[in-house]
Amino acid sequence: MQASVTSWFGLVPEQNRGNLVNKRMSAADVVSELRSGMTIGIGGWGARRKPMALVRELVRSDVTDLTIVAYGGPDVGMLCAAGKVRKLIFGFVSLDVIPLEAHFRKARQAGQIEVMELDEGMLQWGLRAACYRLPFLPIRAGLATDIQTLNTELRTVQSPYADGETLLAMPALNLDAALVHVDQADERGNGQVLGPDPYFDDLYCGAAKRRYVSCERIVDTAAMTDSGCVHTLLLDRGLVDGVVEAPFGAHPTSCSPNYGIDAEHLRTYSASAKEETGWADYRAKFVDVDDASYVNAVGGAEKVSSIPHTIF
Amino acid sequence: MANVDYTLADLCITAAAEAWRGDGEILASGIGIVPRLAAGLAWRTHSPDLMMTDSESVLVSEPVPVGPRDGYEPKVEGWMPFRRVFDILWSGRRHAMTSPTQLDRRGNINISFIGDPKRPKVQLLGARGIPGNTINHACSFFVPSHTQRTFVERVDMASGVGFDDSRWDKGTRRDWMDLRLVVSNLAVMDFKGPNNRLRILSTHPGVSVQQVQEQTAFDLCVAENVGETPTPSAEQTAILNELDPHGQRAATVKA
Repeated sequence: MQASVTSWFGLVPEQNRGNLVNKRMSAADVVSELRSGMTIGIGGWGARRKPMALVRELVRSDVTDLTIVAYGGPDVGMLCAAGKVRKLIFGFVSLDVIPLEAHFRKARQAGQIEVMELDEGMLQWGLRAACYRLPFLPIRAGLATDIQTLNTELRTVQSPYADGETLLAMPALNLDAALVHVDQADERGNGQVLGPDPYFDDLYCGAAKRRYVSCERIVDTAAMTDSGCVHTLLLDRGLVDGVVEAPFGAHPTSCSPNYGIDAEHLRTYSASAKEETGWADYRAKFVDVDDASYVNAVGGAEKVSSIPHTIF
Repeated sequence: MANVDYTLADLCITAAAEAWRGDGEILASGIGIVPRLAAGLAWRTHSPDLMMTDSESVLVSEPVPVGPRDGYEPKVEGWMPFRRVFDILWSGRRHAMTSPTQLDRRGNINISFIGDPKRPKVQLLGARGIPGNTINHACSFFVPSHTQRTFVERVDMASGVGFDDSRWDKGTRRDWMDLRLVVSNLAVMDFKGPNNRLRILSTHPGVSVQQVQEQTAFDLCVAENVGETPTPSAEQTAILNELDPHGQRAATVKA
């Protein structure tokens, strides 16, 4: 028996067809769904398109004892400085314009956090395994290095075919929650990245039980294809549970094409790691404030909008 | 022949450009100013088939000058976001040059941390892509400060693979590991000494083999025809001035 799409659609009562799920939330709503002890993946890359408005909300909460999975930037540094991190699963932590992340280094050098240091490719491979509901994916990266010896939980697997090759079995990185930031989304959770690199945000969402997307703007669905070609529609709504409108929500990281990395702000943030009350002062000024006050504190909407894109 | 004005950085870049000679249509990734200019110089002089990126997310048809662009628009020819870098590097079609914090006698490099893994004395970047790079494709290294702290007996963490047999399972493929050239502020080296020992190919003008050995914490071997690193030609320095119009390279290497 074959049913056409139109006939199935016809089964939905006409009055319900416009009744689409609205996933709009506030950052506080998102964090109210997070619990201490969770494993949380954070999208973006270094100082690029990090969901910083959500991260700041997380810093303000009493959620703690987290395992964080990330290509780390100031998201990781701030969560370390706030004492939220029990364990970090990472390939690097960097502010890009400042190679080393001062708050992360401080936590590591004090022995405050447990780590699972991975090759960058292993990290995405672990997320991909989780996306596909696989226990692991085979990979060569990490073999014959201290990635293998320091992470004693890692196992190898032998190819069952004639080659018999020994490969590293990268375990799935199953996440309780994913936090990502995109340019535009609709209220149903379709997410659009207008910049040149999607990073691995779709994998973080695919690997997580609960998926939260902040965005510069919530727009009508039709407006998304007006803004960019279909290749820019990175997240389908089945990958998203909550949408948060957070203008400048990636600041001080970049959100290309909207604004670049705020190198000046990152220098202030980085320098705060050196002083006794540095993090407390930074936090009082830039974290323990509402979103509107934050934008004002970092120079105002016009200034952030005009931050040039870093030339690497 | 007229004397050519050049800096030590120019000399290192010219020597490092040789790493990519004959590599063909593969991605040449030079991470940091000297490696990046070296890849650009290789492209401009002997290896125009090399592929390069804008150091962000697109492939370009010619090397992008370093620093402020002053109206220069990168000549985009392809898309290379980070996810596609993994595609290309796992297929082996890449030769990267990076700057390790430590490099040891076995060719293992470290960019992760110094000291105790649980509580490092100095936390560095983390392994980044080094484990995958070194086991999958050609890798060369540029070390701007050649001392016993950078050329060490044993790295504090092996971020990359090397020739240490004890680290390799017998079923693991080693044949794609390809540690090529090591350029420092003192010498040009490779791993083609007996038992893959690090071997001096040439020393930079004014530097002796003995000085290089004294600045290295393990025994080096010396190529039979060891000589002086060739100095840059007028053509090479002219190209470097185009690729580095703001002169950022000079400060990158210790004299």
